[in-house]
Amino acid sequence: MTNEVLIKAQGLKKYYNDGAIKALDGIDMEIHRGEVVVIIGPSGSGKSTFLRSLNLLEVPTEGQILFEGTDITDPKVDINKHRQKMGMVFQHFNLFPNMTIMKNLTLGPTKLMKRSKAEAEAKATELLERVGLADRAGAYPSQLSGGQKQRVAIVRALCMGPEVMLFDEPTSALDPEMVGEVLDVMRNLAREGMTMAVVTHEMGFAKEVGDRIVFMEDGRILEEAAPQDFFTAPKSDRAQAFLAKVLI
Amino acid sequence: MAAWWDNLVSKFILNFVTDNRWRYLWVGLGNTLKMTLGALVFGIVVGAVIAVVRTTWDKNKEEMRPGPARAILKFFNGLFKIYVTVIRGVPVVVQVMIFYYIIFVSSKNGVLIGTLSFGVNSSAYVSEVIRSGIMSIDKGQFEAGRSLGFNYVQTMWNIILPQAIKNVLPALGNEFITLLKETSVAGYVGVQDLTKGGDIIRGRTYSAFMPLIAVALIYLVMVVILERLLGVFEKKLRNSDH
Repeated sequence: MTNEVLIKAQGLKKYYNDGAIKALDGIDMEIHRGEVVVIIGPSGSGKSTFLRSLNLLEVPTEGQILFEGTDITDPKVDINKHRQKMGMVFQHFNLFPNMTIMKNLTLGPTKLMKRSKAEAEAKATELLERVGLADRAGAYPSQLSGGQKQRVAIVRALCMGPEVMLFDEPTSALDPEMVGEVLDVMRNLAREGMTMAVVTHEMGFAKEVGDRIVFMEDGRILEEAAPQDFFTAPKSDRAQAFLAKVLI
Repeated sequence: MAAWWDNLVSKFILNFVTDNRWRYLWVGLGNTLKMTLGALVFGIVVGAVIAVVRTTWDKNKEEMRPGPARAILKFFNGLFKIYVTVIRGVPVVVQVMIFYYIIFVSSKNGVLIGTLSFGVNSSAYVSEVIRSGIMSIDKGQFEAGRSLGFNYVQTMWNIILPQAIKNVLPALGNEFITLLKETSVAGYVGVQDLTKGGDIIRGRTYSAFMPLIAVALIYLVMVVILERLLGVFEKKLRNSDH
Protein backbone atom coordinates (compact mmCIF):
# COMPACT_ATOMS: atom_id res chain seq x y z
CA MET A 1 0.00 0.00 0.00
CA THR A 2 1.25 3.49 -0.86
CA ASN A 3 0.16 6.92 0.21
CA GLU A 4 -1.05 7.80 -3.25
CA VAL A 5 -4.82 8.28 -3.31
CA LEU A 6 -6.21 6.37 -6.27
CA ILE A 7 -9.91 6.94 -5.71
CA LYS A 8 -11.48 9.62 -3.61
CA ALA A 9 -15.21 9.87 -3.01
CA GLN A 10 -16.50 13.18 -1.71
CA GLY A 11 -19.98 13.81 -0.34
CA LEU A 12 -21.44 11.00 -2.39
CA LYS A 13 -25.24 10.90 -2.36
CA LYS A 14 -27.65 8.76 -4.31
CA TYR A 15 -31.34 9.52 -3.92
CA TYR A 16 -34.33 7.83 -5.49
CA ASN A 17 -37.86 9.18 -5.80
CA ASP A 18 -36.75 12.77 -5.23
CA GLY A 19 -34.97 11.98 -2.01
CA ALA A 20 -37.55 9.69 -0.44
CA ILE A 21 -35.03 6.86 -0.62
CA LYS A 22 -31.46 7.66 0.29
CA ALA A 23 -29.30 4.80 -0.98
CA LEU A 24 -26.15 6.81 -0.30
CA ASP A 25 -26.33 9.62 2.18
CA GLY A 26 -23.03 11.45 2.10
CA ILE A 27 -20.02 9.19 1.74
CA ASP A 28 -16.43 10.36 1.96
CA MET A 29 -13.70 7.83 1.42
CA GLU A 30 -10.23 7.39 0.01
CA ILE A 31 -8.74 4.29 -1.52
CA HIS A 32 -4.97 4.23 -1.75
CA ARG A 33 -2.99 2.51 -4.44
CA GLY A 34 -2.30 -1.09 -3.45
CA GLU A 35 -4.88 -1.08 -0.69
CA VAL A 36 -7.57 -3.71 -0.17
CA VAL A 37 -10.72 -2.11 1.20
CA VAL A 38 -13.48 -4.46 2.27
CA ILE A 39 -16.95 -2.98 2.52
CA ILE A 40 -19.40 -4.82 4.74
CA GLY A 41 -22.77 -4.13 6.24
CA PRO A 42 -26.35 -5.41 6.36
CA SER A 43 -28.26 -5.74 3.09
CA GLY A 44 -29.78 -2.50 1.95
CA SER A 45 -27.00 -0.52 3.60
CA GLY A 46 -25.87 0.90 0.26
CA LYS A 47 -22.58 -0.94 -0.04
CA SER A 48 -23.24 -2.24 -3.54
CA THR A 49 -24.59 1.11 -4.65
CA PHE A 50 -21.45 2.74 -3.33
CA LEU A 51 -19.17 0.31 -5.14
CA ARG A 52 -21.14 0.67 -8.38
CA SER A 53 -20.97 4.43 -8.16
CA LEU A 54 -17.18 4.30 -8.14
CA ASN A 55 -17.19 3.51 -11.86
CA LEU A 56 -20.45 5.37 -12.40
CA LEU A 57 -22.62 2.34 -13.11
CA GLU A 58 -24.78 4.22 -10.63
CA VAL A 59 -24.65 7.93 -11.27
CA PRO A 60 -24.58 9.72 -7.91
CA THR A 61 -27.15 12.41 -7.28
CA GLU A 62 -24.52 14.56 -5.58
CA GLY A 63 -20.82 14.48 -4.85
CA GLN A 64 -17.62 13.75 -6.71
CA ILE A 65 -15.45 10.76 -7.45
CA LEU A 66 -11.84 11.53 -8.15
CA PHE A 67 -10.02 8.75 -9.97
CA GLU A 68 -6.30 9.40 -10.37
CA GLY A 69 -7.10 13.03 -9.67
CA THR A 70 -9.82 13.40 -12.33
CA ASP A 71 -13.39 14.09 -11.33
CA ILE A 72 -15.15 11.36 -13.30
CA THR A 73 -18.63 12.62 -12.34
CA ASP A 74 -17.97 15.62 -14.59
CA PRO A 75 -20.14 15.03 -17.69
CA LYS A 76 -17.32 16.34 -19.90
CA VAL A 77 -15.01 13.53 -18.79
CA ASP A 78 -14.95 10.46 -21.04
CA ILE A 79 -16.04 7.89 -18.48
CA ASN A 80 -15.40 5.00 -20.87
CA LYS A 81 -11.66 5.68 -20.87
CA HIS A 82 -11.59 5.62 -17.08
CA ARG A 83 -13.75 2.52 -16.80
CA GLN A 84 -11.12 0.61 -18.77
CA LYS A 85 -8.84 1.10 -15.79
CA MET A 86 -11.46 0.07 -13.22
CA GLY A 87 -12.10 -3.65 -13.48
CA MET A 88 -15.44 -4.82 -12.17
CA VAL A 89 -16.55 -8.25 -11.01
CA PHE A 90 -20.26 -8.91 -10.49
CA GLN A 91 -22.20 -11.21 -8.24
CA HIS A 92 -23.73 -12.99 -11.24
CA PHE A 93 -20.52 -13.04 -13.32
CA ASN A 94 -22.18 -11.48 -16.37
CA LEU A 95 -20.02 -13.35 -18.83
CA PHE A 96 -21.15 -13.05 -22.44
CA PRO A 97 -22.96 -16.38 -22.97
CA ASN A 98 -22.75 -16.33 -26.76
CA MET A 99 -18.96 -16.08 -26.80
CA THR A 100 -16.23 -18.53 -25.92
CA ILE A 101 -14.14 -17.85 -22.84
CA MET A 102 -11.32 -16.60 -25.06
CA LYS A 103 -13.66 -14.23 -26.89
CA ASN A 104 -15.00 -12.98 -23.55
CA LEU A 105 -11.45 -12.14 -22.54
CA THR A 106 -10.25 -10.57 -25.79
CA LEU A 107 -13.32 -8.53 -26.77
CA GLY A 108 -12.35 -5.52 -24.67
CA PRO A 109 -8.61 -5.47 -25.44
CA THR A 110 -9.10 -5.88 -29.21
CA LYS A 111 -11.98 -3.44 -29.61
CA LEU A 112 -11.06 -0.83 -27.03
CA MET A 113 -7.29 -0.93 -26.70
CA LYS A 114 -6.58 -1.76 -30.34
CA ARG A 115 -4.55 -4.81 -29.39
CA SER A 116 -3.96 -7.39 -32.09
CA LYS A 117 -5.85 -10.66 -31.71
CA ALA A 118 -2.62 -12.58 -31.11
CA GLU A 119 -1.45 -10.12 -28.49
CA ALA A 120 -4.79 -10.15 -26.66
CA GLU A 121 -4.96 -13.95 -26.74
CA ALA A 122 -1.42 -14.32 -25.44
CA LYS A 123 -2.22 -12.11 -22.48
CA ALA A 124 -5.55 -13.84 -21.87
CA THR A 125 -3.90 -17.27 -21.95
CA GLU A 126 -1.25 -16.17 -19.50
CA LEU A 127 -3.87 -14.88 -17.07
CA LEU A 128 -6.08 -17.94 -17.55
CA GLU A 129 -3.11 -20.11 -16.63
CA ARG A 130 -2.73 -18.22 -13.41
CA VAL A 131 -6.29 -19.03 -12.38
CA GLY A 132 -5.91 -22.61 -13.60
CA LEU A 133 -8.34 -22.42 -16.50
CA ALA A 134 -6.08 -22.33 -19.56
CA ASP A 135 -7.66 -25.54 -20.86
CA ARG A 136 -11.15 -23.98 -20.93
CA ALA A 137 -10.37 -21.17 -23.36
CA GLY A 138 -12.52 -22.70 -26.10
CA ALA A 139 -15.50 -23.48 -23.87
CA TYR A 140 -18.65 -21.42 -23.52
CA PRO A 141 -19.68 -19.95 -20.16
CA SER A 142 -22.60 -22.38 -19.85
CA GLN A 143 -20.08 -25.25 -19.75
CA LEU A 144 -18.33 -23.86 -16.68
CA SER A 145 -19.13 -24.17 -12.99
CA GLY A 146 -19.99 -21.06 -11.01
CA GLY A 147 -16.55 -20.83 -9.49
CA GLN A 148 -14.92 -21.19 -12.88
CA LYS A 149 -17.20 -18.53 -14.33
CA GLN A 150 -16.25 -16.08 -11.62
CA ARG A 151 -12.55 -16.76 -12.11
CA VAL A 152 -13.00 -16.08 -15.82
CA ALA A 153 -14.89 -12.89 -15.00
CA ILE A 154 -11.97 -11.75 -12.85
CA VAL A 155 -9.56 -12.53 -15.69
CA ARG A 156 -11.79 -10.61 -18.12
CA ALA A 157 -11.42 -7.52 -15.99
CA LEU A 158 -7.68 -8.09 -15.56
CA CYS A 159 -7.17 -8.35 -19.33
CA MET A 160 -7.85 -4.62 -19.55
CA GLY A 161 -4.88 -3.94 -17.28
CA PRO A 162 -6.89 -2.12 -14.58
CA GLU A 163 -5.52 0.12 -11.84
CA VAL A 164 -8.21 -1.01 -9.43
CA MET A 165 -10.56 -3.96 -9.16
CA LEU A 166 -14.10 -3.55 -7.85
CA PHE A 167 -15.77 -6.71 -6.53
CA ASP A 168 -19.52 -6.65 -5.98
CA GLU A 169 -20.32 -9.68 -3.77
CA PRO A 170 -18.21 -11.96 -5.96
CA THR A 171 -18.96 -15.14 -4.01
CA SER A 172 -22.59 -14.61 -2.99
CA ALA A 173 -24.04 -16.54 -5.94
CA LEU A 174 -21.66 -19.50 -5.61
CA ASP A 175 -22.12 -22.94 -4.14
CA PRO A 176 -20.30 -23.03 -0.81
CA GLU A 177 -17.62 -25.38 -2.07
CA MET A 178 -16.72 -23.03 -4.93
CA VAL A 179 -16.22 -19.97 -2.78
CA GLY A 180 -12.68 -20.96 -1.87
CA GLU A 181 -11.31 -21.08 -5.42
CA VAL A 182 -12.55 -17.56 -6.13
CA LEU A 183 -11.24 -16.19 -2.85
CA ASP A 184 -7.86 -17.78 -3.63
CA VAL A 185 -7.64 -15.85 -6.87
CA MET A 186 -8.59 -12.64 -5.07
CA ARG A 187 -6.07 -13.31 -2.32
CA ASN A 188 -3.31 -13.74 -4.89
CA LEU A 189 -4.33 -10.52 -6.60
CA ALA A 190 -4.13 -8.67 -3.31
CA ARG A 191 -0.72 -10.17 -2.64
CA GLU A 192 0.52 -8.93 -6.00
CA GLY A 193 -0.38 -5.42 -4.94
CA MET A 194 -3.64 -4.88 -6.81
CA THR A 195 -5.82 -2.11 -5.46
CA MET A 196 -9.16 -3.65 -4.54
CA ALA A 197 -12.53 -2.59 -3.24
CA VAL A 198 -14.56 -5.61 -2.20
CA VAL A 199 -18.18 -5.82 -1.10
CA THR A 200 -18.58 -9.19 0.56
CA HIS A 201 -20.13 -11.25 3.31
CA GLU A 202 -17.00 -13.38 3.64
CA MET A 203 -15.80 -12.19 7.03
CA GLY A 204 -12.86 -14.58 7.03
CA PHE A 205 -11.61 -13.09 3.79
CA ALA A 206 -12.19 -9.55 5.07
CA LYS A 207 -10.20 -10.28 8.19
CA GLU A 208 -7.33 -11.97 6.41
CA VAL A 209 -6.90 -9.97 3.21
CA GLY A 210 -8.43 -6.58 3.97
CA ASP A 211 -6.19 -3.64 4.85
CA ARG A 212 -9.21 -1.70 5.99
CA ILE A 213 -12.79 -2.56 6.83
CA VAL A 214 -15.58 -0.14 6.03
CA PHE A 215 -18.86 -0.80 7.78
CA MET A 216 -21.90 0.78 6.20
CA GLU A 217 -25.49 1.26 7.21
CA ASP A 218 -28.35 3.36 5.81
CA GLY A 219 -26.18 4.83 3.09
CA ARG A 220 -23.51 6.02 5.49
CA ILE A 221 -20.15 4.82 6.66
CA LEU A 222 -20.59 3.93 10.31
CA GLU A 223 -17.15 2.68 11.04
CA GLU A 224 -13.77 2.42 9.32
CA ALA A 225 -10.94 0.48 10.89
CA ALA A 226 -8.13 -2.01 10.42
CA PRO A 227 -9.52 -5.57 10.42
CA GLN A 228 -7.92 -6.61 13.70
CA ASP A 229 -9.49 -3.61 15.43
CA PHE A 230 -12.84 -3.88 13.76
CA PHE A 231 -13.35 -7.57 14.33
CA THR A 232 -12.08 -7.62 17.92
CA ALA A 233 -13.47 -4.33 19.15
CA PRO A 234 -16.08 -2.71 16.93
CA LYS A 235 -16.92 0.75 18.19
CA SER A 236 -20.53 1.20 17.15
CA ASP A 237 -23.41 -0.78 18.62
CA ARG A 238 -24.70 -1.53 15.13
CA ALA A 239 -21.39 -3.10 14.07
CA GLN A 240 -21.31 -5.13 17.29
CA ALA A 241 -24.81 -6.41 16.63
CA PHE A 242 -23.93 -7.17 13.03
CA LEU A 243 -20.80 -9.10 13.94
CA ALA A 244 -22.63 -11.00 16.64
CA LYS A 245 -24.99 -12.31 13.99
CA VAL A 246 -22.50 -13.13 11.24
CA LEU A 247 -19.61 -14.49 13.28
CA ILE A 248 -20.51 -17.52 15.28
CA MET B 1 -56.72 -42.62 -68.02
CA ALA B 2 -54.99 -41.64 -71.23
CA ALA B 3 -57.46 -38.87 -71.98
CA TRP B 4 -56.99 -37.41 -68.53
CA TRP B 5 -53.24 -37.42 -68.97
CA ASP B 6 -53.42 -35.93 -72.46
CA ASN B 7 -55.63 -33.17 -71.15
CA LEU B 8 -53.10 -32.36 -68.43
CA VAL B 9 -50.22 -32.26 -70.86
CA SER B 10 -52.07 -30.05 -73.30
CA LYS B 11 -53.04 -27.68 -70.45
CA PHE B 12 -49.41 -27.57 -69.39
CA ILE B 13 -48.29 -26.76 -72.91
CA LEU B 14 -51.02 -24.13 -73.30
CA ASN B 15 -50.20 -22.37 -70.04
CA PHE B 16 -46.41 -22.52 -69.94
CA VAL B 17 -44.95 -23.45 -73.33
CA THR B 18 -47.10 -21.72 -75.97
CA ASP B 19 -45.82 -18.17 -76.63
CA ASN B 20 -43.12 -18.81 -73.98
CA ARG B 21 -45.70 -18.08 -71.30
CA TRP B 22 -43.40 -19.51 -68.60
CA ARG B 23 -41.54 -16.24 -68.91
CA TYR B 24 -44.34 -14.43 -67.07
CA LEU B 25 -43.59 -16.60 -64.06
CA TRP B 26 -39.84 -16.24 -64.48
CA VAL B 27 -39.93 -12.43 -64.66
CA GLY B 28 -42.48 -12.37 -61.84
CA LEU B 29 -40.28 -14.53 -59.65
CA GLY B 30 -37.36 -12.17 -60.29
CA ASN B 31 -39.38 -9.15 -59.20
CA THR B 32 -40.76 -10.96 -56.16
CA LEU B 33 -37.24 -11.89 -55.05
CA LYS B 34 -35.89 -8.39 -55.70
CA MET B 35 -38.64 -6.79 -53.63
CA THR B 36 -38.40 -9.37 -50.85
CA LEU B 37 -34.63 -9.13 -50.46
CA GLY B 38 -34.60 -5.33 -50.68
CA ALA B 39 -37.44 -5.02 -48.18
CA LEU B 40 -35.80 -7.58 -45.91
CA VAL B 41 -32.57 -5.59 -45.66
CA PHE B 42 -34.43 -2.30 -45.28
CA GLY B 43 -36.72 -3.79 -42.63
CA ILE B 44 -33.88 -5.23 -40.56
CA VAL B 45 -31.74 -2.09 -40.63
CA VAL B 46 -34.56 0.36 -39.94
CA GLY B 47 -36.27 -2.03 -37.53
CA ALA B 48 -33.05 -2.48 -35.54
CA VAL B 49 -32.50 1.27 -35.33
CA ILE B 50 -36.06 1.81 -34.10
CA ALA B 51 -35.71 -1.01 -31.57
CA VAL B 52 -32.42 0.36 -30.23
CA VAL B 53 -33.77 3.89 -29.90
CA ARG B 54 -36.94 2.73 -28.18
CA THR B 55 -35.24 0.41 -25.70
CA THR B 56 -32.55 3.00 -25.01
CA TRP B 57 -35.21 5.50 -24.08
CA ASP B 58 -37.21 3.06 -21.99
CA LYS B 59 -34.18 1.90 -20.05
CA ASN B 60 -32.50 5.26 -19.52
CA LYS B 61 -35.18 7.92 -19.32
CA GLU B 62 -35.03 8.04 -15.54
CA GLU B 63 -31.24 8.09 -15.24
CA MET B 64 -30.42 10.43 -18.12
CA ARG B 65 -29.30 13.95 -17.39
CA PRO B 66 -31.44 16.68 -18.96
CA GLY B 67 -29.83 18.04 -22.11
CA PRO B 68 -29.86 17.91 -25.89
CA ALA B 69 -29.09 14.18 -26.06
CA ARG B 70 -32.10 13.39 -23.90
CA ALA B 71 -34.34 15.70 -25.90
CA ILE B 72 -33.28 14.14 -29.22
CA LEU B 73 -33.78 10.62 -27.89
CA LYS B 74 -37.19 11.52 -26.53
CA PHE B 75 -38.19 13.04 -29.86
CA PHE B 76 -37.17 10.01 -31.90
CA ASN B 77 -38.73 7.61 -29.42
CA GLY B 78 -42.05 9.42 -29.83
CA LEU B 79 -41.68 9.61 -33.59
CA PHE B 80 -40.93 5.89 -33.93
CA LYS B 81 -43.83 4.98 -31.68
CA ILE B 82 -46.18 6.83 -34.01
CA TYR B 83 -44.45 5.30 -37.04
CA VAL B 84 -44.99 1.76 -35.76
CA THR B 85 -48.62 2.46 -34.88
CA VAL B 86 -49.43 3.99 -38.26
CA ILE B 87 -47.62 1.34 -40.29
CA ARG B 88 -49.17 -1.51 -38.37
CA GLY B 89 -52.57 0.14 -38.47
CA VAL B 90 -52.91 0.35 -42.25
CA PRO B 91 -53.22 -2.68 -44.56
CA VAL B 92 -50.07 -3.30 -46.55
CA VAL B 93 -51.88 -3.15 -49.88
CA VAL B 94 -53.22 0.29 -49.03
CA GLN B 95 -49.71 1.38 -48.08
CA VAL B 96 -48.30 0.18 -51.37
CA MET B 97 -50.96 2.11 -53.26
CA ILE B 98 -50.34 5.25 -51.19
CA PHE B 99 -46.63 4.98 -51.98
CA TYR B 100 -47.26 4.41 -55.69
CA TYR B 101 -50.17 6.73 -56.43
CA ILE B 102 -49.54 9.55 -53.93
CA ILE B 103 -46.01 9.78 -52.55
CA PHE B 104 -44.04 8.64 -55.58
CA VAL B 105 -46.63 9.48 -58.21
CA SER B 106 -43.99 10.82 -60.61
CA SER B 107 -41.95 7.61 -60.57
CA LYS B 108 -42.85 4.64 -62.74
CA ASN B 109 -40.40 2.23 -61.06
CA GLY B 110 -42.96 -0.03 -59.42
CA VAL B 111 -40.43 -2.58 -58.20
CA LEU B 112 -38.42 0.06 -56.36
CA ILE B 113 -41.51 1.65 -54.84
CA GLY B 114 -42.77 -1.79 -53.89
CA THR B 115 -39.45 -2.62 -52.26
CA LEU B 116 -39.49 0.59 -50.25
CA SER B 117 -43.07 0.25 -49.18
CA PHE B 118 -42.76 -3.42 -48.16
CA GLY B 119 -39.51 -2.49 -46.37
CA VAL B 120 -41.24 0.24 -44.41
CA ASN B 121 -44.04 -2.11 -43.52
CA SER B 122 -41.67 -4.86 -42.43
CA SER B 123 -39.51 -2.48 -40.39
CA ALA B 124 -42.42 -1.74 -38.05
CA TYR B 125 -42.93 -5.42 -37.26
CA VAL B 126 -39.20 -6.22 -37.14
CA SER B 127 -38.62 -3.34 -34.72
CA GLU B 128 -41.06 -4.88 -32.24
CA VAL B 129 -39.47 -8.31 -32.61
CA ILE B 130 -35.94 -6.99 -32.03
CA ARG B 131 -37.19 -4.78 -29.22
CA SER B 132 -38.50 -7.81 -27.39
CA GLY B 133 -35.12 -9.46 -28.00
CA ILE B 134 -33.18 -6.56 -26.51
CA MET B 135 -35.49 -6.43 -23.50
CA SER B 136 -34.95 -10.13 -22.89
CA ILE B 137 -31.21 -9.60 -22.31
CA ASP B 138 -30.21 -9.39 -18.67
CA LYS B 139 -29.21 -5.94 -17.43
CA GLY B 140 -25.96 -7.47 -16.21
CA GLN B 141 -24.79 -7.99 -19.81
CA PHE B 142 -25.11 -4.30 -20.34
CA GLU B 143 -23.29 -3.47 -17.15
CA ALA B 144 -20.50 -5.90 -17.98
CA GLY B 145 -19.98 -4.18 -21.33
CA ARG B 146 -20.08 -0.69 -19.89
CA SER B 147 -17.75 -1.58 -17.03
CA LEU B 148 -15.14 -2.82 -19.52
CA GLY B 149 -15.20 0.63 -21.10
CA PHE B 150 -17.52 0.08 -24.07
CA ASN B 151 -19.72 3.08 -24.74
CA TYR B 152 -23.47 2.65 -25.11
CA VAL B 153 -23.51 2.06 -28.86
CA GLN B 154 -20.50 -0.30 -28.76
CA THR B 155 -22.15 -2.31 -25.99
CA MET B 156 -25.35 -2.53 -27.97
CA TRP B 157 -23.55 -3.58 -31.16
CA ASN B 158 -20.93 -5.98 -29.77
CA ILE B 159 -22.75 -7.52 -26.83
CA ILE B 160 -26.51 -6.96 -26.72
CA LEU B 161 -27.70 -7.16 -30.33
CA PRO B 162 -25.99 -10.48 -31.19
CA GLN B 163 -27.70 -12.10 -28.19
CA ALA B 164 -31.00 -10.34 -28.85
CA ILE B 165 -31.12 -11.44 -32.49
CA LYS B 166 -30.30 -14.99 -31.49
CA ASN B 167 -33.19 -15.04 -29.04
CA VAL B 168 -35.75 -13.76 -31.53
CA LEU B 169 -34.58 -15.59 -34.63
CA PRO B 170 -37.69 -17.81 -34.86
CA ALA B 171 -39.94 -14.74 -34.64
CA LEU B 172 -37.82 -12.94 -37.23
CA GLY B 173 -38.12 -15.98 -39.50
CA ASN B 174 -41.88 -15.69 -39.20
CA GLU B 175 -41.70 -12.08 -40.25
CA PHE B 176 -39.48 -12.86 -43.27
CA ILE B 177 -41.87 -15.52 -44.50
CA THR B 178 -44.81 -13.14 -44.09
CA LEU B 179 -42.88 -10.49 -46.00
CA LEU B 180 -42.14 -12.82 -48.91
CA LYS B 181 -45.81 -13.65 -49.32
CA GLU B 182 -47.03 -10.09 -48.74
CA THR B 183 -45.22 -8.94 -51.86
CA SER B 184 -47.97 -10.76 -53.77
CA VAL B 185 -50.10 -7.60 -53.56
CA ALA B 186 -47.60 -5.68 -55.72
CA GLY B 187 -49.83 -6.40 -58.69
CA TYR B 188 -52.17 -3.69 -57.37
CA VAL B 189 -49.70 -1.07 -58.54
CA GLY B 190 -48.83 -2.73 -61.83
CA VAL B 191 -45.74 -4.58 -60.69
CA GLN B 192 -45.45 -7.91 -62.45
CA ASP B 193 -44.50 -10.10 -59.51
CA LEU B 194 -44.92 -13.86 -59.31
CA THR B 195 -48.63 -13.71 -58.44
CA LYS B 196 -49.33 -11.19 -61.17
CA GLY B 197 -47.34 -13.31 -63.64
CA GLY B 198 -49.55 -16.31 -62.93
CA ASP B 199 -52.64 -14.15 -63.20
CA ILE B 200 -51.56 -12.81 -66.61
CA ILE B 201 -51.27 -16.37 -67.87
CA ARG B 202 -54.72 -17.16 -66.49
CA GLY B 203 -56.11 -14.15 -68.33
CA ARG B 204 -54.57 -15.30 -71.61
CA THR B 205 -55.51 -18.96 -71.42
CA TYR B 206 -58.76 -18.83 -69.43
CA SER B 207 -57.39 -21.77 -67.50
CA ALA B 208 -56.86 -21.20 -63.77
CA PHE B 209 -55.58 -24.49 -62.43
CA MET B 210 -52.08 -24.69 -63.92
CA PRO B 211 -50.87 -21.10 -63.38
CA LEU B 212 -52.28 -20.76 -59.87
CA ILE B 213 -50.99 -24.10 -58.66
CA ALA B 214 -47.60 -23.31 -60.21
CA VAL B 215 -47.48 -19.97 -58.42
CA ALA B 216 -48.52 -21.59 -55.14
CA LEU B 217 -45.82 -24.26 -55.48
CA ILE B 218 -43.12 -21.71 -56.23
CA TYR B 219 -44.02 -19.72 -53.08
CA LEU B 220 -44.04 -22.90 -51.07
CA VAL B 221 -40.60 -23.93 -52.34
CA MET B 222 -39.20 -20.48 -51.55
CA VAL B 223 -40.57 -20.64 -48.02
CA VAL B 224 -39.11 -24.10 -47.52
CA ILE B 225 -35.68 -22.84 -48.66
CA LEU B 226 -35.99 -19.84 -46.34
CA GLU B 227 -36.92 -22.11 -43.43
CA ARG B 228 -33.86 -24.26 -44.13
CA LEU B 229 -31.54 -21.24 -44.24
CA LEU B 230 -32.95 -19.93 -40.98
CA GLY B 231 -32.58 -23.36 -39.43
CA VAL B 232 -28.89 -23.52 -40.36
CA PHE B 233 -28.33 -20.01 -39.04
CA GLU B 234 -30.14 -20.78 -35.80
CA LYS B 235 -28.09 -23.90 -35.26
CA LYS B 236 -24.90 -21.96 -35.78
CA LEU B 237 -25.94 -19.32 -33.26
CA ARG B 238 -26.93 -22.00 -30.78
CA ASN B 239 -23.37 -23.34 -30.56
CA SER B 240 -23.00 -21.68 -27.19
CA ASP B 241 -25.96 -23.49 -25.56
CA HIS B 242 -24.96 -26.64 -23.82
